[in-house]
Formats: sequence, C-alpha cells, structure tokens
Amino acid sequence: MFQALVNPDRFMAFSRWAAPLFGVIALVLAAAGLVLDFQAPPDYQQGYTVHIMFIHVPAAFMSEFVYVCLGVASFLSLVFRHALATAAARAAAPLGAGFTLLALVTGSLWGRPTWGTWWVWDPRLTSVLVLFLFYLGYMALEAAIEDETKAARAAAILALVGLINLPIVHYSVVWWNSLHQGSSLLRAGGPAMPAVYLAPLLLMVFAYMAGFGALWLVRIRGEVWRRRAAVLAMRAAT
Amino acid sequence: MFDFDAGRYALFVWPAYAVTALVFAILILDSLLRARRWRRAVEAAKPEAPQ
Repeated sequence: MFQALVNPDRFMAFSRWAAPLFGVIALVLAAAGLVLDFQAPPDYQQGYTVHIMFIHVPAAFMSEFVYVCLGVASFLSLVFRHALATAAARAAAPLGAGFTLLALVTGSLWGRPTWGTWWVWDPRLTSVLVLFLFYLGYMALEAAIEDETKAARAAAILALVGLINLPIVHYSVVWWNSLHQGSSLLRAGGPAMPAVYLAPLLLMVFAYMAGFGALWLVRIRGEVWRRRAAVLAMRAAT
Repeated sequence: MFDFDAGRYALFVWPAYAVTALVFAILILDSLLRARRWRRAVEAAKPEAPQ
C-alpha cells in the first residue's frame, strides 16, 4: 500500500475518497464523544472543569503525534528526496502547530481553576511550548528560503532535530517534579480513569486523529496541485 | 441527560471549547481553500481537469 501511495497519481486517486471518508469518521466520532462528554458527571475534585480534559488531552496527544508524522516525512524527504514526502512534511506542520496551540491554550484555561495559575515554567508546559516553537520555526524556515529544494532540506533537518524534544515532552512528568499531572491514559497498567470519562476521551482522541488524517490528505493534495501548477507555469513560460 | 451547567467554571470551560472550535474552523477552511486555489491554478493552466 505504501509503495502504491508513493506514486503521486495513485496518491491523488486514493486521497480523493479517503480525505472525505476520514472527515465523516471524524465528525461521527466527535459527535459521539461530545454526547458522552456532556453526560459525564463533574469530577469529585475538579468539578465541571473535567470537561476541558476531553478537548485538551486529544490536542496534546496530537501535538506529539503530528510531530512524529512530520519527522518521518522529513526523514523520507531528506533521504529519498521524494516529492510526496516533502509535501507531507510541509502539510503536517501547520496542523501540528494548530493542535499544539490548542493544547497550550486549553491547558492554560484548565490550569487556572485547578492549579491557580494560567502558566508556570513547568517541564511539561515548557517543553510543549518548545514543540510549538519548532513547528513555527519549521514553517518560517521553509518560507524564508526561496529555493524550494534547499528550503525543504533545511526544514527537514530542523524537524529531525526537533524530534529530540518529543521524549522530553512525553517523559517530563516522570523525569522531573512537575505541577502537571502524570499520564493517565498511556501508562503501564492501563488508563487511570473511570469508563464514564475514558469513553468520551478515547472517542475524542480518535476524532482528532481522523480529523488530522482528513486535513493532512487535503493539504498534501493542495501541495501536489501547487507543484503541478508551478511546473505548468514554467512550461508555459519557456 | 446533558449537563451544561458549568457554574463558576463557565469562564474557563466555554472559552476552551470556543477556542477549539475556532482553531478547527481555521484549519479546515485554510486547508480546503488552499487546495481549491491550487487545483484551480492547475485547471486554468491545463484544459483537462486533474483528479
């Protein structure tokens, strides 16, 4: 399947039906997740603010997941110099930046009533801010270099350097004393929460993933068309 | 039974949902408009429509 998708024409044929399909799946999962979300009772400690968890945790998870996608695409772009890998990396960055921004903002809105502060230079919060800066840096570097090939190479190297930050983000709550709570979803021994919270949370995580899949495919398609338009314009000019 | 009574936490919960909706709306619109723009550029440069 991977081999088939490496061909741009096959990718365009695949993504033509896959992108709307992922979009519909995302909508259905998000609707189901929100229905269960607002039926869940307030937490005995956090009260109604527990509802922020259903939009914050998926955004935080996606901020890391999308960076892994960006890193893999950048590696393939750098090593194999494949146009689709470059397009995939380019397409992932703004989506990852969006998810990371959401994680930071919703986290801040959750932190104020539960921790008593909007922001603290805690290892988890700081490393997620660094992740956000890596996304912005990737997009800025990509846009700053006129030669597209050089821009893609430089941005891919930056993306690979940024991969170092991912384990820091993930394990920051384990390695250091942190105001941020430890992982309650991806942990040894299984998730540490009752089903009434776990079900809507998982539905929202999968909804965010499907939504990312749809938008990623749409943006890669846009990149393929952009390159085709540039080639056609060059042909017309010569 | 739905529970939308956020009480004293309304100032934190609803802005979080509003920001989420706004960022998703921006990402969806930007992605679709960007793709449509370049598709039209290809169509304008080439008579046969791309996939």
